[in-house]
Amino acid sequence: MSQFCYINGAELVMDRRGALYWPDRQMLVVADLHFGKGAAFAAAGQLLPPYDTAATLSLLETLIAAYKPRQVVALGDSFHDEESAARLDEESDARLRAMVAGVDWTWILGNHDPAIEAGLGGAVTEELVVGPLLFRHEASLGSAQAGEISGHFHPKACVRVRQKRLTQRCFVGDPMRLVLPAFGAFTGGLDVLDEAISRLFANDFRVWLLGRQGVYPFPSRALQPIAPYYAL
Amino acid sequence: MPALPEPFHDWFAAQGWAVYRHQLNMVEAAEAGQSALLIAPTGAGKTLAGFLPSLLALAERPSAGLHTLYISPLKALAVDIERNLERPIREMGLEITVETRTGDTPQGKRQRQRHKPPHMLLTTPESLALLLSYHDAAEIFAGLQCIVVDELHALANSKRGDLLALAMARLDRLSPGLRRVGLSATVHDEDYLLRWLASGLDAAEASVRKVRGDSGAKPEIEILDTSAHLPWSGHMAVHALAEVYERLKPAKTTLVFVNTRAQAEIVFQDLWRRNEDGLAIGLHHGSLAVEQRRKVEAAMARGALRAVVATSSLDLGVDWAAVDQVIQIGAPKGASRLLQRLGRANHRLDEPSRALLVPANRFEVLECQAALEAVRAGSLDGDPPRQGGLDVLCQHILGTACAGPFDADTLYHEVCKAAPYAALTRELFDKALGFVCDGGYALKSYDRFRRVAHAADGLYRVTNPRQIQRYRMNVGVIVEAPTLKVRLKGGRSLGEVEEYFVQGLRPGDTFIFGGELLVFLGIRELTVEAVRGKGGEPKVPAYVGGKLPLTTHLADRVRAMLETPADWGDLPPPVQEWLAQQRRRSVMPPEEGLLVETFPRGEREYLVAYCFEGRNAHQTLGMLLTKRMERAGLSPLGFVATDYVIAVWSLKAAKDVDALFDEDMLGDDLEEWMAESSLLRRTFRNVAVIAGLIERRMPGQEKSGKQVTFSADLIYDVLRKHEPDHVLLQATRADAGGGLTDIRRLAQMLARVKGRIRHCRLDRVSPLAVPVLLEVGKEQVYGQALDELLDEGAQALIDEAMSNETVQGLLPI
Repeated sequence: MSQFCYINGAELVMDRRGALYWPDRQMLVVADLHFGKGAAFAAAGQLLPPYDTAATLSLLETLIAAYKPRQVVALGDSFHDEESAARLDEESDARLRAMVAGVDWTWILGNHDPAIEAGLGGAVTEELVVGPLLFRHEASLGSAQAGEISGHFHPKACVRVRQKRLTQRCFVGDPMRLVLPAFGAFTGGLDVLDEAISRLFANDFRVWLLGRQGVYPFPSRALQPIAPYYAL
Repeated sequence: MPALPEPFHDWFAAQGWAVYRHQLNMVEAAEAGQSALLIAPTGAGKTLAGFLPSLLALAERPSAGLHTLYISPLKALAVDIERNLERPIREMGLEITVETRTGDTPQGKRQRQRHKPPHMLLTTPESLALLLSYHDAAEIFAGLQCIVVDELHALANSKRGDLLALAMARLDRLSPGLRRVGLSATVHDEDYLLRWLASGLDAAEASVRKVRGDSGAKPEIEILDTSAHLPWSGHMAVHALAEVYERLKPAKTTLVFVNTRAQAEIVFQDLWRRNEDGLAIGLHHGSLAVEQRRKVEAAMARGALRAVVATSSLDLGVDWAAVDQVIQIGAPKGASRLLQRLGRANHRLDEPSRALLVPANRFEVLECQAALEAVRAGSLDGDPPRQGGLDVLCQHILGTACAGPFDADTLYHEVCKAAPYAALTRELFDKALGFVCDGGYALKSYDRFRRVAHAADGLYRVTNPRQIQRYRMNVGVIVEAPTLKVRLKGGRSLGEVEEYFVQGLRPGDTFIFGGELLVFLGIRELTVEAVRGKGGEPKVPAYVGGKLPLTTHLADRVRAMLETPADWGDLPPPVQEWLAQQRRRSVMPPEEGLLVETFPRGEREYLVAYCFEGRNAHQTLGMLLTKRMERAGLSPLGFVATDYVIAVWSLKAAKDVDALFDEDMLGDDLEEWMAESSLLRRTFRNVAVIAGLIERRMPGQEKSGKQVTFSADLIYDVLRKHEPDHVLLQATRADAGGGLTDIRRLAQMLARVKGRIRHCRLDRVSPLAVPVLLEVGKEQVYGQALDELLDEGAQALIDEAMSNETVQGLLPI
């Protein structure tokens, strides 16, 4: 069960696994892959399990097999830091290269990966305009550009149903712009009620929470602040 | 019996004190170079008995350097004892130095203590672990003669006890000939404490001498025979508070113990409402700001308070001579706990402590009676000894590496000398060591990022000084539930509440905190903002942490009492009548076996099982039962669990009750539920912090406007999928399965009642089932799957949106 939304007139499909699909253009969009995050922490002395990169790759491979897109856009912070691409183990490196080579691939640069090695394949750019949509890493402040699709914030939101609080990763948007959830396996999250996110929207906004079987829309007024434990 | 030397003898005489026999026994043991375990009730001069031999030795043969190390579970207790020791030392003119060392000790003093330690150092298990991680630990402890562990019963069977046991195994190497002294309250399993203390000592020293204090006068315990209507359910005992207030008046100082912080707030408010005599009544619980708690403690010590309403925050600790009455509101949940609380009154052996039990409902009357009989019979609760935590072991290995290079074989043998790790296999030790070195993952991709490396000389070393710093920032095994500060808008901070409580509040909701009615405004930067409220029905803090389950031992006693009508004579008439009714209308729950009643009520079918296994175990059982009933097509709608029974309601009646309660319930359903449950996630998070995988959150570390760096939940999911046998998952399962005992209790019960389930089909609710049915509706209903709830929530909001507003052109729903 997927949810549709319209951003600047484009009909988009939100996948429960955290990706966005644009049927008209056969385009798959993911944000904040953070490849190599576990290894980056390990290099700094904190030995997180080394399985995140492979897990993120597997999920992405699954989605590509399911949607068979012509084009894939990664919305920046695809690598956790500048050494992450070089730190990939052999197998992950090979899988990533094969995936990039198999489709029209665009890397959008983010703050974690201000440069991407050309040898990896795929186009590298700061922004990408396709029809009514503009793809970039971080949403612009001030007057919103119509049709802006971005990542960066790792949005999460919390609703209360029958006295139970449910906190999940989510898409957040209004008719003009959409922010994608982080796709990477170890990525934490930021409450959409935090000013950093909520100020992006002039009026009301909407979130789509990721469940195990579907994506569930809620208006912003239905949200509750996420308490710190759930953010951890 | 040795006689005390002159200055000591004179000093005791000047106080008007006689030396207790057990205090002299402790001196004897010390003179024979023997370790000793002192078991004595509160008020028996236990702490002095622990220090007396060291004071005597230092008075006779003054020596430089650290002589005695004292370990207390509470910082406050160490500080208090420093004060109490200073006086005799000063008055006898002894040249003995005593200092504390805790997290609160200033940096400069801590530095100085390392090269010029006092004769006696009073500290906590965490601070000891830190001291041992310094490169000069061997010099600091070289001359140590004696280690005194206070409140050993509270430490031994816990992770802090694991940490301490490992530190003591280390000390045994650094300080040859070190004597160990344990001070303990009366416990169920004395031999376990004896083994804990003796473990690892050489055969010659291993005979730890057991010294028993006089048991003193028997406590006088009474159950309040209320003239008010005895409630069927509820836990606040509001019906009896008028009578409780009257009992405060004749007493000098009363400790009013409650079981949860929510109860503390309600009882405190209610007592003040009745307080026409202007009695000074204070409040003490773990969420109040530290300064506020210290104020109450100080007022108590001065004798300025007539009563303090307190939770377990006052179970241990500082002695107050003035307390002459203890009132326990609500059932005590365990015999040992009751005894510990009774000991807080009247710290003198020759006079009995006086206590009043105030049951909050009919079942609690039974429980209070059972507890009272258990205390009279001297039979206490006991948890089976636990295996040492693997997470604590990981922390200890890293700490050892911080102090200097180590050899793995030597460390393994040393660790096995700590009682909780006596059965540790080399394989598990190596797994823990592997985790400390490079994460210990099967996928060997972190070889180049080692924290601790195995060098050519065969020794393990820390690879980077940063690791030492990181260890020191994260030492300890107490991982607090995340809390938020409560602050009056534009005003002072009142204390802290657990975040999950705040989750239940909406702006405008009222709640009671620190004895005041507050209106919740919102959360700002990890602070709950509130203003004083004017009235209305408060949403009281409901702290899960305070809810201790009924002990097995007490549950057994309640069951036995129910089945023996001859024992009902001591119960209040309304309770006797209630039980007699149950016998006429249904049957009594059997001592062995299990009574299950089913009956229709309203449009629903109810099933009530009298398990008496405690609330937590019942909650798990409820989840498993509803799953099974769902598969059997009975359409369960919800369940509610109390300490005594579980009730499930459904659309169709259960017929084959034996099949429902079959043991295989604990198979796949449990596995699946455990893996998904928040219990395991929470446990993993704690294990990961203790073992050093993720860092403790330091105050102010979370900044607004940035995503958190990673999530413990996600790490748990990834690890469970890719490496289910990782040492941290092993540690998590051991903690959740064994440590929390509920699953084990459930397993034992299902095995015990197999083939002995008595199913009573009734045409209406039975008298014994009334209390639990009154809980229905107050409790959360059976938690459905995430997606069903999300969908339901979304649908409700969509319906609402569609009916009265345009949907912004956003959704083609």
